[in-house]
Amino acid sequence: MLTRIRAALAGSVKEPPPPVWLDPDPPDANAAAMFAQALTELGGQVHEAANLAEARAILEPLLAGRRVIASSAPLVRACGIESQYSRGACADAEIGVTSADFAIANTGTLVFLTEPRLISLLPPRHIAVIDRAKILLSLDALFSRVPQPAALSSSMVLATGPSRTADIEMRLVRGVHGPGEIIVVIVADVTAS
Amino acid sequence: MPLTQIQKALDDPRLQKAVYSATGRLADGRRKTVADLPEYQKLRQHAHDIKQHTLEHLDTYLEELERSVIARGGKVIWANTAAEACDFVTNLARDRGVKLVVKSKSMTTEEIHLNHHLERHGIDAVETDLGEYIIQLSGETPYHIIAPALHKTREQVAEVLHAAPNATPEALTAIARATLRKKFLDAGIGITGANFLVADSGAIVLVENEGNARLSSSAPRIHIAISGIEKVIPRAQDLAVFLKLLARSATGQALSVYTSFLSGPRRPGETDGPEEFCLVLLDHGRTSVLADREKRQSLYCIRCGACLNHCPVYRKIGGYSYPWVYSGPIGKILTPQFAETLEKEGADLHASWLPFASSLCGACGEVCPVKIEIPKILLELRQESPKKREEKLAMRLFSWIMRHPRVYEQFRWVRKMRKLPSAGPLKAWLSERDLPELPARSFREEWKRRK
Repeated sequence: MLTRIRAALAGSVKEPPPPVWLDPDPPDANAAAMFAQALTELGGQVHEAANLAEARAILEPLLAGRRVIASSAPLVRACGIESQYSRGACADAEIGVTSADFAIANTGTLVFLTEPRLISLLPPRHIAVIDRAKILLSLDALFSRVPQPAALSSSMVLATGPSRTADIEMRLVRGVHGPGEIIVVIVADVTAS
Repeated sequence: MPLTQIQKALDDPRLQKAVYSATGRLADGRRKTVADLPEYQKLRQHAHDIKQHTLEHLDTYLEELERSVIARGGKVIWANTAAEACDFVTNLARDRGVKLVVKSKSMTTEEIHLNHHLERHGIDAVETDLGEYIIQLSGETPYHIIAPALHKTREQVAEVLHAAPNATPEALTAIARATLRKKFLDAGIGITGANFLVADSGAIVLVENEGNARLSSSAPRIHIAISGIEKVIPRAQDLAVFLKLLARSATGQALSVYTSFLSGPRRPGETDGPEEFCLVLLDHGRTSVLADREKRQSLYCIRCGACLNHCPVYRKIGGYSYPWVYSGPIGKILTPQFAETLEKEGADLHASWLPFASSLCGACGEVCPVKIEIPKILLELRQESPKKREEKLAMRLFSWIMRHPRVYEQFRWVRKMRKLPSAGPLKAWLSERDLPELPARSFREEWKRRK
């Protein structure tokens, strides 16, 4: 195949690729507020917690009495949520709890690099506890910060709002294969009190 | 020209309304979100430039891609033909004892008829995108690149899902979710396409809204991605430009719900993900398109579907009037260029009419996020068409008659005829056209009378 490609390209001149285009961040943006607005518009819920104690207080009523599967991310553990990972447990859980390695403010996106793939995917409700300092402003900021996602993990997922489809008569339906509900708790100060 | 199919679409008022409103809504969504990007036109140009550069150095980038996929523990399969790609999948399934395969929406696998091939080898292949699943159960093909079941009513969907006829889209979606959930967990292989292949990372990128591509690539033990060779881009960082354009152009979202950037199988220390990853790089006629300098840009397409939504022809005749899996303006330029490859496989395409079925309004070129000059390519394909040679001959004859008044006079009888003969060489031509009512006297007769 490469021989055919080279024949097809005969005569073209070797040139360097166009430069990478990544916009710099706009000054003075409130990333957390921007993130909350974008995700809320997509049908997600956002809570802000000043510290871990507040985050625990928000999470407790959401998780009480539910079948929960949680990742072993430090921030999730710091909130006192622990569970044993198994595929079966992911498939059976009502709620999956993870953190996020980054978030993107202007699109309301969560970025998973070190999280397991299925916890944020199989349960019908996904709760993410994130560090406010990890909220970047834009996609450009993400790719500036992580120029080589493959160096860090086999999977980088950008999740922007609840799973959705419009395949039947163009009617928006949430939660087709992934979670239909997303709740994000933004923690301002993640140092243990 | 598939006249019966076109007539059927035109005569179905429900279908006309469904296609018109769905494409209209997608186009509205695009317009609103593209307005968020003050630098939109520059981004399009940049995306165009990256695609142009990558294709002009395709050999180099594919080699880099192969090296980096292997470095991440994946396997690369070079498939020259549809059969080679399909055979790889069936052989791997047989070797690993896999009877059930889940698939996420991929136009490339539609192109090579992978599902038929798997079925023939006794392997159950289940489409998991909701629209594709509905289409598969109905035994049909995708109606639109990004909205495969656009032409189906909820009642028709209820019927194929064995649901109550008055079930809501929510209820129907829940039924599909439950059925497909089991398939994801039981399948031995997950097959996806790829929106982008990233040379410097050895990664594939999947863009979707439902989560079925994430599940297909993460739940089964083996993940196979099948992609055309033209999908490669040089660097992970180039995605910032392409991702900003893709979802906006397709559905009017700033970003699709899930973007997965996947490089190789699960690594040591990772909790889940597939144990094997294979990337099938498909030619299937692409290198012959590449060989044409002018029309090479047809391969820049990122499959957003914007040109379909803005095309006055697609919006009237619908997705089933086109002879190949790619419909609308992009189908009109791709199909004739792939015709030779497809005909070698025994397909009976009749693609030569496609470049002519356009008003050349230019909307497709204007909305293309990678600035493919579709109208220009349509004109070039018209020039190459055998139909064009016949038309040229006829036009030359007509022009000669018009320049010779004495000869022209000899053709007075033509306008005296109430109806032109709808037989012989004119039959096909006339069947597509209505003649205007002619006044009783011609201009020349009237002129003579008044003088």
